[in-house]
Amino acid sequence: MAFQEIKLYQTGTFVAGNRLLDPEQRSVQARTGRSNSITSGHRACRGCGEALGARYVLDAAMRATEGKLVAVNSTGCLEVFSTPYPESSWQLPWLHSLFGNGPAVAAGVAAALRAQGREDIRVVGQAGDGGTVDIGFGTLSGLFERNDDVLFVCYDNEGYMNTGVQRSGATPPAATTANTKALGDHPGNVFGQGKSVPLIAMAHEIPYVATATVAELRDLEYKVEKAMTFRGARYLHVFVPCPLGWGADSADTVRLARLAKETGLFPVFEAEGGTLTEVSRIRTQVPVEDYLRPQRRYAHLFGDHPRPDIVARLQAKADRNIVRFGLLPEGDE
Amino acid sequence: MLRQLEGSQAVARAVTLCRPQVIAAYPISPQTHIVESLSDRVRTGELEACEYMMVESEFGAMSACIGASGAGVRTYTATSSQGLLFMAEALFNASGLGLPIVMTVANRAIGAPINIWNDHSDAMSMRDSGWIQLYADSNQSAVDLHVQAYRLAESLSVPVMVCMDGFILTHAFEEVDLPEQEQVDAFLPRFRPQQALDPDDPLTIGAMVGPEAFAEVKYLMHVKQMAALDEIPMIADDFREAFGRASGGLLQPYRVEGAETVVVALGSVLGTIEDVVDTMRDEGVAVGVLGITCFRPWPVDEVREALRGAQRVVVVEKAFAVGAGGIVGQNVRDAVRGSPVQVYDVVAGLGGRPITRASLRGLLDDVLADRVDPGRLYFLDLDHELVQRELERARHGERPGPHAENMLRALGTVASGAYE
Amino acid sequence: MDKPFAITLDIGTSRANKTGSWRTERAVYTNRMPPCNDSCPAGENVQAWLYDAEAGGEGYERAWRTIMEDNPFPAVMGRVCYHPCETACNRGQLDEAVGINSVERFVGDEAIRQGWTVSVDVAPTGKRVLVVGAGPSGLAAAYHLARRGHSVTIKEAGPMAGGMMRFGIPRYRLARDVLDAEVQRILDLGVTLELDTKVSDLESLRRDYDAVFLAVGAQLGKRAYIPAGEAAHVLDAVSMLRDLEAGEKPLLGRRVAVYGGGNTAMDAARTAKRLGASEAVVVYRRTQDRMPAHESELREAEDEGVLFKWLTTIKQVDSGRLLVERMELDDSGFPQPTGEVEELDADSLVLALGQETDLTLLDGVPGLVVEDGVVAVGGDMMTGCAGVFAGGDMVPYERSVTVAVGHGKRAARQIDAWLSSEAPEPAVRPALATFDTLNTWYYSDAPRAHRPVLDRARRESTFDEVVLGHDETTALLEARRCLSCGNCFECDNCYGVCPDNAVIKLGTGEKYLIDLDYCKGCGLCVAECPSGAIQMVPEQI
Repeated sequence: MAFQEIKLYQTGTFVAGNRLLDPEQRSVQARTGRSNSITSGHRACRGCGEALGARYVLDAAMRATEGKLVAVNSTGCLEVFSTPYPESSWQLPWLHSLFGNGPAVAAGVAAALRAQGREDIRVVGQAGDGGTVDIGFGTLSGLFERNDDVLFVCYDNEGYMNTGVQRSGATPPAATTANTKALGDHPGNVFGQGKSVPLIAMAHEIPYVATATVAELRDLEYKVEKAMTFRGARYLHVFVPCPLGWGADSADTVRLARLAKETGLFPVFEAEGGTLTEVSRIRTQVPVEDYLRPQRRYAHLFGDHPRPDIVARLQAKADRNIVRFGLLPEGDE
Repeated sequence: MLRQLEGSQAVARAVTLCRPQVIAAYPISPQTHIVESLSDRVRTGELEACEYMMVESEFGAMSACIGASGAGVRTYTATSSQGLLFMAEALFNASGLGLPIVMTVANRAIGAPINIWNDHSDAMSMRDSGWIQLYADSNQSAVDLHVQAYRLAESLSVPVMVCMDGFILTHAFEEVDLPEQEQVDAFLPRFRPQQALDPDDPLTIGAMVGPEAFAEVKYLMHVKQMAALDEIPMIADDFREAFGRASGGLLQPYRVEGAETVVVALGSVLGTIEDVVDTMRDEGVAVGVLGITCFRPWPVDEVREALRGAQRVVVVEKAFAVGAGGIVGQNVRDAVRGSPVQVYDVVAGLGGRPITRASLRGLLDDVLADRVDPGRLYFLDLDHELVQRELERARHGERPGPHAENMLRALGTVASGAYE
Repeated sequence: MDKPFAITLDIGTSRANKTGSWRTERAVYTNRMPPCNDSCPAGENVQAWLYDAEAGGEGYERAWRTIMEDNPFPAVMGRVCYHPCETACNRGQLDEAVGINSVERFVGDEAIRQGWTVSVDVAPTGKRVLVVGAGPSGLAAAYHLARRGHSVTIKEAGPMAGGMMRFGIPRYRLARDVLDAEVQRILDLGVTLELDTKVSDLESLRRDYDAVFLAVGAQLGKRAYIPAGEAAHVLDAVSMLRDLEAGEKPLLGRRVAVYGGGNTAMDAARTAKRLGASEAVVVYRRTQDRMPAHESELREAEDEGVLFKWLTTIKQVDSGRLLVERMELDDSGFPQPTGEVEELDADSLVLALGQETDLTLLDGVPGLVVEDGVVAVGGDMMTGCAGVFAGGDMVPYERSVTVAVGHGKRAARQIDAWLSSEAPEPAVRPALATFDTLNTWYYSDAPRAHRPVLDRARRESTFDEVVLGHDETTALLEARRCLSCGNCFECDNCYGVCPDNAVIKLGTGEKYLIDLDYCKGCGLCVAECPSGAIQMVPEQI
């Protein structure tokens, strides 16, 4: 884990709070005075990983900036479930423009603040994976290249959930979606070469890039806080399971995020200036099957006509990540 | 101060005098000289406290302006043609959010075929985007309209497009009277946004609105835009008082008094038309010109009033609705509805084709001699021979059907037997 | 600001949308029975006092007071309890059980070091209770009765209080100053202790008291018939240990054989080594895995050089030698003779074949039933004679100090209820917090700390305590290995993981509330609760 893990306190820094820690050492989410940047009454599905991730990120950013924060949101689930007229769930200044322009709008906000000499106010841009890796990718790359003072956060739930669960550039191989059904000889999404925006962000050599999941709150908060210590373009890619789109139990949201990391399918790391600086190692390695089975989008791999060949390819993908990023626990390499 | 300047330089200076705080732009001809000049001015510090953003696309440019305007600062961008179309989604968004962005559109044709020269297809395609559209007929007018555009945009919280003909104006060296900074500062009050992203007063901007209120939101947008019809003349009056010259306003009538035939047009072509009108008036022909400065909102009452005495209205425009007809013409027809006036739709100057005095004179002579069918779209200076040749070449293709055949007949193609 | 209609909204207005109406199940905080508590013969609330101790500092005293609610012998327990809690501990399925016993010892020792005391916080009831026997059961009963305001008199046949804690368990397992301190704390509550007072006629005595608790233990070593030569030196383990405690050093010789496989056999063999025997051999008729002695006792005995002769019975005892027969287990696991005999050199034979109770004092007590040498009691610990209760080794249960202490507590509660003619509140036992109810991902990787032991050289020649206590840091870390099974320990996870902000944190020590206005019933708080202290309950629709 990238942050200073506090050991031997029963639950260490794995849980949100831990009464045995000094209050200052507890997570932002454990505080009664947390911002609740996105508050109750939003219309996200039960167990929504994105709603959770957004609160984790923004509350941490609010704390890091002492409340001097504005958010820009691309179109997507997060925007739709949080702001249907006449109710808003946001408790910080928030602007939504379009699906594909979140990064550019955020950059514009940052430029305006700079022009006004209000660089004490920081900007967070946020979008789902569609708004980040696909339709918003051009403006995101522009933001990176210009090094605008924006923390852009992608809440990755691996598909176009808002429009009814279609494939995005972040949808993993073999997953079924509304337009990659389990039909034909190659059921589910194709095995492509992948599109890792974190790695692409690193190629822009921006000051800070990190990945995180909603399963490791302290790690996520640490990364948000760290991101806020930099000026310039920063990118945070947060893995947020989607019970609806993945066909998973609403109570499994955090568990699936944990398994994604523990299998190696979702590498959790940090990079500064384009160089990998830290990886969050796997605590207890588990086979990808443990992660795949609870999700209906992979049900065709295990049904009456199981496809161990496809499971093996997914395992190979995880194994490659493990080798590439050095994800095994220390001593297990 | 009178200066000999390229139109783009003049506009860049006018924009500088308006003190925008964020400029986001992407290069596209023929707009580029404007933003190049602004980039220089930001770098030299002539334009203070301004961020110049070199964005990755026009979509990014407009989006950055949306963000900056949402954060409460005066913003500026410029574009042309394809760039404007690439912004399209963001244009509707900016107007929907009520953000007072000012943009120069250096009018240029839209491809395919790709063409960098002037016509009005770009701006006309965005006529329903919720932006106010002002058309400059000269570089002086372009300078003045930018100053007025900021005042208008910010007083109503609505975005304004200042359209100027690409190359014809942007690249033309003319004498312009540039206002002084103190004059502009006095005319243009400090920007007080209607809404802004502010941690001390947080708001949610850009909510989703369903069927229960969407129509009302759009109605209010319409009302706001219509209010510009009152606001624009007042601003023009103030401008005249402050700067000592008439500029802006909704319409620009020229020798319409007693005119039986009035030519309606927008942009730089007005100068040419005025020359033709002067000649014809000298010959005793009762013609006049009605220049449209404000095309959106459409000043329907003012146009009707201006055309009250006319028997024939010839709308000369640099764009048309493919498969339908004239765009400005449709609006004019709407304004004179119920009166016996005859409206001619004339498409001219597409893709940079010069509109000459001779052509215009010929057109008016034909109209006055009833040689033009007012029921049909008229293409000025169309190369009939070339079109016929091409149609002949394609004659073995799909059956065109009676509508297309009627058009061909109008060209003489069918009657000549070329299409047999 | 004159905000645009509908497009721009005031913040936080979605709270008007009560998403709780979506719910089909609701999250409910719960307390499950932790396996440690469940398995504690003394009925200690182990999880609760570990929770107290986890805080360190002032938490130790809170922990001690929590133990003292159930058991007046924390320091003794921390040495002699065979800790079934650790066997049951869920952490054993994760890495290694929490060293509960070592923490209890630390807390108990800390109490002695700091001089913490308990008091009687209720008015005297005026009721007089006689306790017969000052062993763990009798002392525990006296303690709980005294704290309930009753006047207690203990009559003890022996010269000192403690029973088997003093006369059965050697000093190297339980330092006497520790025992003395914990006994004295009980007496300080106003309990009258009459030593050297053997009750021989209960029937005549019981009229002077409102109730009686019998806890005379099982002090008589069982004898087995073994043909013995005249010069054979045979003695029983219970007597040997008792005599030693009374200052009489038994003559055992150089080679000592101990017959039996229980904890007393281990004690006898280890004591023999300490008394100078060069060789101590435990003879047991079954195999190692079937011996009743606790594993730690066996291990420590082995460490100290005690030898074992498995599957062996003693046929005859002569001076300086034993005739033994090799056994083998039949299909049902019983040892059967093989006829193969051999000789074993031994200067003395110590019999450790179990203990029996001297029940002569009960003669003439009406209604009292004795079966298989022990007194029959009901679930309320009462004998067949109204007002006469019994517990500890003299009733038919597993015999250990911890069981005895538990009997004392239970009997005291029943006696208290009987004296006030009120039925005791039935103890509610919630569902067990099984391993599968936990989300163990959240617990830190923390290897167990094992207690240090005395150097072997010193163990061979002295009666110093073999197993030493943890220092404070180690005890604290060990306490913090507790998973808090089935009980909230305020980790804030539920508060953190709710996507709907529907968990209200009430503040330190006040725990949480589910905000049913917004709880959509996703179950994330339940899934991510480390200790399984929340459950989903279907809504009544």
